[in-house]
Amino acid sequence: MTHPALLRVTDLTVRLRLGEQMREVISGSTLEIGAGEAMGLVGESGSGKSMTARAIARLLPAGAEVSGQVDFDGTDVLALSGAELRAHRSKVAVVFQDPRAHINPVRRIEDFMTESLRTIDDVPKAEAARRAAYGLEEVGIDDPAKRLRQYPHELSGGMLQRVMIAGALLSEPRLLLADECTTALDVTTQSEVMAILDDLRRERGLSMLFITHDLELAGAVCDRTCVMYAGQVVETRAADQLHFDPLHPYSAALVQARPDITSSAHRLVAIPGRPVSAFEAPGGCRFAPRCPHVTDACREDEQSLSELDGGRVRCGRSGDLRGSLLPPVSHA
Amino acid sequence: MLAFVVKRLVMLVVTLLVASFLVYGSLYLAPGSPIATLTGGRAPSPQVIAQLNAQYHLDDPFLVRYWHWLVAALHGDLGQSIPLHESVSTLIGQRIGVTASLVLLTSLIIVVIGVGLGIIGALSHGTIDNGVLISSTVSAAMPAFAAAVVLQFVFAVKLPWFPALGDGNGLLDSLHHLVLPALALAASSVALVTRVTRAAVREEMEREHVQTAVSRGLPRSTILRRHVLRNAAIPITTVVGLTIASLIALSAVVETAFGLNGLGSYLVQAAQNKDFAVVQGISLVLVVLFVVVNTIVDIAYALLDPRVAIGSRAQ
Amino acid sequence: MSIPVGSTLPTGAAPDEPGPGALAAPGDTRSARTRHLPRLGVGGWVSVGIIVFAVLLAIFGPLVRPYDPNQVSLSYANVGPVGGHLLGFDGAGRDLLSRLMVGARSTLLGAALVSSVAVAIGSSLAVLTAWFGGRFDTAVSSGLDVMFAFPGILLAVLAAAVFGPGLLAAGLALSMAYSPYLARVLRGAALKERAMAYIQAGEVQGFSSWWLCFRHLLPNISSLIVAQGTIFFGFAVVDLAALSFLGLGIQPPQADWGVMVSEGKTPLLQGYPLEAISAVVCIVLVVSAVSFLGEKLQERPMDVQR
Repeated sequence: MTHPALLRVTDLTVRLRLGEQMREVISGSTLEIGAGEAMGLVGESGSGKSMTARAIARLLPAGAEVSGQVDFDGTDVLALSGAELRAHRSKVAVVFQDPRAHINPVRRIEDFMTESLRTIDDVPKAEAARRAAYGLEEVGIDDPAKRLRQYPHELSGGMLQRVMIAGALLSEPRLLLADECTTALDVTTQSEVMAILDDLRRERGLSMLFITHDLELAGAVCDRTCVMYAGQVVETRAADQLHFDPLHPYSAALVQARPDITSSAHRLVAIPGRPVSAFEAPGGCRFAPRCPHVTDACREDEQSLSELDGGRVRCGRSGDLRGSLLPPVSHA
Repeated sequence: MLAFVVKRLVMLVVTLLVASFLVYGSLYLAPGSPIATLTGGRAPSPQVIAQLNAQYHLDDPFLVRYWHWLVAALHGDLGQSIPLHESVSTLIGQRIGVTASLVLLTSLIIVVIGVGLGIIGALSHGTIDNGVLISSTVSAAMPAFAAAVVLQFVFAVKLPWFPALGDGNGLLDSLHHLVLPALALAASSVALVTRVTRAAVREEMEREHVQTAVSRGLPRSTILRRHVLRNAAIPITTVVGLTIASLIALSAVVETAFGLNGLGSYLVQAAQNKDFAVVQGISLVLVVLFVVVNTIVDIAYALLDPRVAIGSRAQ
Repeated sequence: MSIPVGSTLPTGAAPDEPGPGALAAPGDTRSARTRHLPRLGVGGWVSVGIIVFAVLLAIFGPLVRPYDPNQVSLSYANVGPVGGHLLGFDGAGRDLLSRLMVGARSTLLGAALVSSVAVAIGSSLAVLTAWFGGRFDTAVSSGLDVMFAFPGILLAVLAAAVFGPGLLAAGLALSMAYSPYLARVLRGAALKERAMAYIQAGEVQGFSSWWLCFRHLLPNISSLIVAQGTIFFGFAVVDLAALSFLGLGIQPPQADWGVMVSEGKTPLLQGYPLEAISAVVCIVLVVSAVSFLGEKLQERPMDVQR
C-alpha cells in the first residue's frame, strides 16, 4: 500500500493545564495517514489517542502546550490561526463519540446538517436542504424530509450518530476523525453504523483516523493500525499483520485480551497492572512494569520508534521476541 | 406545542379564578363593617343602613356577592371607592400608565444592562469580568427602597440632575422623573440577570455541541450567535421574565419612595385607608398582570426549548 | 418557579440536592473534627462576623444603648455627630446610634420569625407531599401553584388592609408567601431522599412513617433546610424593611431599621442623609452577609451523617 501522505504527525507532544500543573498527555507521537487510507488508533483510556485527534483538528482545551509538527496536505497545522485555521478545520471532519451531546439539542436536524454548507460555502438554503436530505439517505435514514424537520431528542442514538456522520461528510472533508464513534451505541446498531461509515469513506476515497479501544474493530475497517500506550505510539503496522504478528509486547497483550472465536485460547489474558497516563509513566520503557518480557535494560533506557518489517515499533527487544509474543495458534 | 399552550392557558384561567376568589374573600374577612367606613363612624339610622346595604349589595350571601363582583370585573367594572365616591376602574385607569411606564423602563434597563453585562462578563476574562462580578455583587445587595434612598441623595440632592419626587408633565419630563425610580427598581434585578446570563453563557460555551461547531470551522461570531447565545437564551429569558413579573408588585415600594402616582403607591394608601374596593381592584389587576407575565415566560420557554413542549405532551 | 417578592434570588437558589460527594472535597486536609464545618473562606467568615455582631446587637442593643431611643428633643433635630452622640440625631432629635442599636432587635427578630414559620410550613409540606405522594401531593402542589400567583408584597399589603398595619400581619403574610417556594425546593430533595434504599429498607422492616420521616428523612435534608432558611431570612429582612418603609409593617415611633429609612427620607431630601443612609447600610450589610452565607451553605452542606 503506497499512499502519498495526507497527514504527517511528527514528534507531537501535548501538555494540558490541570489547575497549577501542566500534565503531559502525549509524548512524541508520530504517525502518518495517506490519502484514502484508514488508520486505526488503538489504546486504553488515557493513552492519548483522543488528544492526538484533537491536536490534529486543533481542538485542544485552552491552555494546552503543544510541540512537534502536524503537517496536513503541506500546511503546518500547529501554526494556523484565524481564517486559515477555520479553513483547516472545515477540511477535517470529526465524528464524536456522543452524538446526543455533540449536536445542539434546540436546533433542527436540518440546521445541524446544513450549517457548514450555508455559513462557510454560501450554499443557498434550498440547495443545502436538498443535499442534506440526500446525505441522510446515504447513511440509510428513511424519510429524510421528515427527519430534517425533527429535533435531536426525537431521534434514537444510532440514528443521531448517522446524522452526525452524514453531517461530517456533507462539507466534503479530506480527513475524517472518528473518535470512538460507535462506543455509545448498542452492538447491533454499532455494526450497522460502522458498515455505513466504512462504505461511504471508501466510496469517497476519504482518509480516516479511527479511534477505538477495540483492536479487532480497527483491524476490520482500517488499512493500518497504530497502538498507543501512555502517550506514546508503540507500534504502527498493517492492520492484519499487527493482529497475527504483533511486534510490541503491549500490542500482543491487547490481541490476547480480546475474546476471539477463531482461536483456541479459552482464557482471556488480562494485562497485569493498570494503564498509566503519560505524566505518570516511569522512565525507560513505559510498558516495562507490566511487560512479561521485561529486562533491566528496558527499565533503564528510553525506547525509540524503529522501522521493522514495514512498520514501526518502540521496543528494543522486538527483534528477539518476534514470533514468540503470541501463543501458537491451533485452529480447532 | 399547541397542546402545551392550551394547557398553560387553562391553568392561567383556573389560577386567576382562585386568586380572584382569595383577593375578594380575604377582604370580606376584614373586621369592622363597611357601613362604619361609609358613615365615618357616626351612628346611622336604620333606614340609611338598609339603603346602603341595598346600594352595595351588603345583604347578599358571600358567594353571590363574589359572583357579582367577578362578572362586573370581567366587564371592566371594579366597583366604587366608598371614601372617594368614584369608580375604581377610573381610579386605576388614571394611574396604570405611570406603573406601566415604570415597569417598562425598568425592564428595558434590566434587559439591556443585565443581559449585556452578563454576556460581556462571560466572554471576557480578568479585569472586565471581575468588574462585572463586583458591580453585580454590590447592586445585588441593594433592595429597591435602599437603592431609592441612595439614588435620591446622590442624584437629586447632592447632584441635582434628576427630580427626587413626583410624576412630571409631558413625555420628556415624565421620562426624566422616571429615570431614578427605574434605576432603583432595577438595581438588584439587574444584578440577578447579569449573574444568570454570565453563568448561562459560560456554561453553554463549554458544551460539547459548541465544540462540534468549532470543529466544523465556523466563525466565532456564528458559533456565539447560533449556539452559545441561542441556547443560553433559554435560562436568560426565564430569569428576565420572572424578574419583570416580580417588578409589578415591587413597583409599590419605588412609587412610594419617589412619590409617583401609580397603582402600587395607591394600593398602599388604599390599604392604609381601608378602601377595600380599591384594594381588591388593584390587587386583582396586579395578580392578573403577574400571572399573565409568568404564563408568557412559560410559553416563551417552551418556544425556545423544543424539548419542553414534547415533555409536557407526554405527561 | 418565580422570584420571591422584592429580594434578589441567589444564583444558586434552585439547588440540586447537595450530594454526599460534596462532604469532603478532594484534597481536604482538615482534621476530622473540623471537616463537617463548611469551608467558608474569608468572605464567609466576614459574613459570620457581621451576623454574630448583628445578633448580639439584637439581644443586648436595647440594654447597652447609650441614650433613650425615643427621647425627642426638637432643638437637636438633624444635628450631626457631637460629643457623646457618635452619629448625631434624627429629624426628631432622637439619638441615632441608640435607635440603630435598638432597631436591630425588631428587624432581626421579625425576619427570624418569618423565616422560621415559612421553613416550618415549607418543610412539613415538602416532607408530607414527598412521603404520601399521589393525590395528596397533587392537591397540595396545585394549591401551592395558586399561591405563586401572589407576589409576597401584595399578600402583605392585603394582610395590612384586612388586619391593619403591623408586624404581625406583615410577618404572617410574608411567611405564607415564602412557604410555597421553600416547599417546592425542599420537596425535590425529600423526593430524592425518599427514593433512597435505606428508607425503603426501613419501610420493609416495618418502621412507622413518622419514625422514618422525622428520624431519617428530615435530618438528611437538614443541611438544605438550613441553607434555604438562611437565604429566606435575608429575603425576610429586606421585605419586612420594605413593608415598614411603606408604613405597613412596624409602626413609628418604634425604632426599626425599615422605619428609620422611611422616617429618614424627608431629612435626606433636605440634605441630612445620616439617618436613612445609616439604616440602609445596616440592612444592606446584614442582608449581604446572610445571602452570601446562605449560598456558601448551599454549596457545602454540613451534614456528616451520611
